[in-house]
Amino acid sequence: MKEISCKLLVLGAGPGGYVTAIRAAQLGVNTVIVEKAKAGGTCLNVGCIPSKALIHAAEEYDKLRTAASGKSPLGLSLNAPAIDLGRTIAWKDGIVGRLNSGVTGLLKKAGVKAVIGEGRFVDGKTVDVETETGLQRIRAEALVIATGSAPIELPDLPFGGNVISSTQALALTKIPETLAVVGGGYIGLELGTAFAKLGSKVTVLEALDRILPQYDADLSKPVMKRLGELGVEVFTGTAAKRLSADRRGLFAEENGRAFEVPAEKVLVTVGRGPVTEGWGLEEIDLDRSGGFIRIDDQCRTSMRGIYAIGDVTGEPMLAHRAMAQGEMVAEIVAGRKRSWDKRCIPAVCFTDPEIVGAGLSPEEARTAGIDTRIGQFPFQANGRAMTTLSEDGFVRVVARADNHLVLGIQAVGHGVSELSATFALAIEMGARLEDIAGTVHAHPTQSEAFQEAAFKALGHALHI
Amino acid sequence: MGEFTIKMPDVGEGVAEAELVEWHVKPGDPVREDMVLAAVMTDKATVEIPSPVSGKVLWLGAEVGDTIAVKAPLVRIETSAEAAEAAPDSVPEALAEKVLDQPVAVSSRSEAGAAAQAKRPAPEPAPAPRETPSFSAKPLASPAVRLRARESGIDLRQVTGTGPAGRITHEDLDLFLSRGAGPVAAPAGLVRKTAVEEVKMTGLRRRIAEKMSLSASRIPHITYVEEVDMTALEDLRATMNRERKSEQAKLTILPFLMRALVRTAAELPGVNATFDDHAGIIHRHSAVHIGVATQTPAGLMVPVVRHAEARGIWDCATELSRLAEAARTGTATRDELTGSTITISSLGAIGGIASTPVINHPEVAIVGVNKIAVRPVWDGAQFVPRKIMNLSSSFDHRVIDGWDAAVFVQRLKTLIETPALIFVEG
Repeated sequence: MKEISCKLLVLGAGPGGYVTAIRAAQLGVNTVIVEKAKAGGTCLNVGCIPSKALIHAAEEYDKLRTAASGKSPLGLSLNAPAIDLGRTIAWKDGIVGRLNSGVTGLLKKAGVKAVIGEGRFVDGKTVDVETETGLQRIRAEALVIATGSAPIELPDLPFGGNVISSTQALALTKIPETLAVVGGGYIGLELGTAFAKLGSKVTVLEALDRILPQYDADLSKPVMKRLGELGVEVFTGTAAKRLSADRRGLFAEENGRAFEVPAEKVLVTVGRGPVTEGWGLEEIDLDRSGGFIRIDDQCRTSMRGIYAIGDVTGEPMLAHRAMAQGEMVAEIVAGRKRSWDKRCIPAVCFTDPEIVGAGLSPEEARTAGIDTRIGQFPFQANGRAMTTLSEDGFVRVVARADNHLVLGIQAVGHGVSELSATFALAIEMGARLEDIAGTVHAHPTQSEAFQEAAFKALGHALHI
Repeated sequence: MGEFTIKMPDVGEGVAEAELVEWHVKPGDPVREDMVLAAVMTDKATVEIPSPVSGKVLWLGAEVGDTIAVKAPLVRIETSAEAAEAAPDSVPEALAEKVLDQPVAVSSRSEAGAAAQAKRPAPEPAPAPRETPSFSAKPLASPAVRLRARESGIDLRQVTGTGPAGRITHEDLDLFLSRGAGPVAAPAGLVRKTAVEEVKMTGLRRRIAEKMSLSASRIPHITYVEEVDMTALEDLRATMNRERKSEQAKLTILPFLMRALVRTAAELPGVNATFDDHAGIIHRHSAVHIGVATQTPAGLMVPVVRHAEARGIWDCATELSRLAEAARTGTATRDELTGSTITISSLGAIGGIASTPVINHPEVAIVGVNKIAVRPVWDGAQFVPRKIMNLSSSFDHRVIDGWDAAVFVQRLKTLIETPALIFVEG
């Protein structure tokens, strides 16, 4: 058996793992990263990036269809648009491939040693990797667990055949005529919307009483409206039961009323669970928190020298959280003083329209017992939104009533994902309503709605 | 109601067993998740065992002092019905939580993976609670200010913010630093420092602290210091080292002292003993297992030369150097670090003129070796230079009277000053 030693060993080359490794190597830490598949993890290979490619393609196709139907208010028209999903997927795979080699190149440039294979803990300082060329033993002074998460399977609808996870949905080369989406969270709705735009008849089944349960009703309403326009049927308070005998339908039950939903494919998106099996975690027995690895504010686990970052440590399961944790852990391992002191982790939902949130919602601020001032400004009153047919939605600012400190910012609307940066920056910098109101926002842009929302909260909105 | 068995976790670093050092609970106690149930000690560290579940303690699997194998049952806890089903392998917990987020009701199935899902058939109406960031608890400052503060070791809660809404600005931080409140204050002149570094006591340090507290609080020490003329022994040692075979370890004075201890212990068995004060029994050992206090990078360790009575002086030297090396590199086994019947403490060249060694509980005697120095000694006619060394020895006064202590040290002195006696047969 070959044996190597290093200062830092990173398990998993997703966004958390590869950022840890690059940052550590920049700081002169002798770093090894282990990945069983391709660099980039869920995000780059079967998550964020490919789904956004598919969503974009679907949106473009939908615009063409609108024009072909003669309903374009812009006066566009064309004949019989078509999409070759095979080529779309090949284009998407091209992007993923470029990013794969990009990450691999970055790791190499930084001087990180990458080991490809299945890693297994031997003890808290040693990992064995089953590589193509045999067993490789790696000893490390510090370890970072960044093994990520995987889609959760339903016992009655196991993945396989027509029942697919988000991963398989991103690799379909033929548009299904009918698609049932089980789980009305953001992953299900993003993909469900994309397939509806590509021409599938989509049905969404959600067990709770509304979709996107992590957002308040004001934020999810424009999304509901758009789903209706796209012909997506949404059943809330409804349980998915099992496939029909001919495997072309899905039985569902709403308040005891059973019915069948047509489903050439069934996309199950009921959440993601941590990847804690298959790499010898049982050998080291770390403390858990509801199945996720428990960490402190320096991402330390219950065993000294072992850190965990990203999805394997629980919600929010977001690539940018993992990256920020990874950067911090690398600096800690390099001997710098760091701990997690972020004020917010912005979250974006790429539905149509998009939803973005940073910091506290009005409800969360209330629960925390804070007196608030809330300002909301609709895109209906924003010139730029009108010129792009994007009048649905709004920007909302939540601030403290006493000193006007901005606690949270939410928005729903076309393209608002790009506003997430300014929202997060405002909160991290400790901005007050007056800071946002006093910043000149360029005209005509959708970002003016942010400034107007701050004006509104201060009681003097100009354009409404 | 269900039952959850907590097994002895693998505490890592190749440890197959650990010693139970403390119970924090007893049968019948209620426990919450994360509450510390017990502390176990390996050769290297003390590890606290938290409870993964809430419930009531039913059964404890060991007594303090017992050695428990990894994966052996340690505690049984009565849990509420919900936790019980997920209990045996504790992994489906994750599943259970996720299903709460997106409960698609499923029919009951009994296989392991489905158990967690099946036990929650009804959808929860409320959305999963999200982590609510606490804004009030954190000082208001931009990320750049926070980073500077952290690197300067400043707790921003102590800094007054003068910016809007009480925000701490770079200038506020500058002011705080210039007042000398932080460690990176301007180098000009003498400045007051107020920073306090918190060092968590863990691992070996903690084990040392516990042992020392035990020894110092339980044992009434009597310390006796006597001067010993080392000139003859040092001459002998120099000769023996000069003529030693290449495979023999170089002799320090410790192997001589060990052999002298063996002889003295045979004559005065009361000192080579351990005292079980709970049972009120003194165990006088025929074997002489000599602990040698050794400084390692991690802290004080006491490797044990077993059966010194059956080892010649060269063997003592070889074994001692092997053990000291193992202790320093952290590869000494549990057996090599426990079971001594008497201990030697030596600081070598920095041994000082006298010390008050702390007895290695439950032993009753410890011999402290001070520094050798050449001193003028009156031989009746003139001052002559002699190599003089003090022995500072502590005894458990419950077991050993001052008289016995003095007799022991005087006997040791005689042997050392006339080292031939150490080697005389019979």
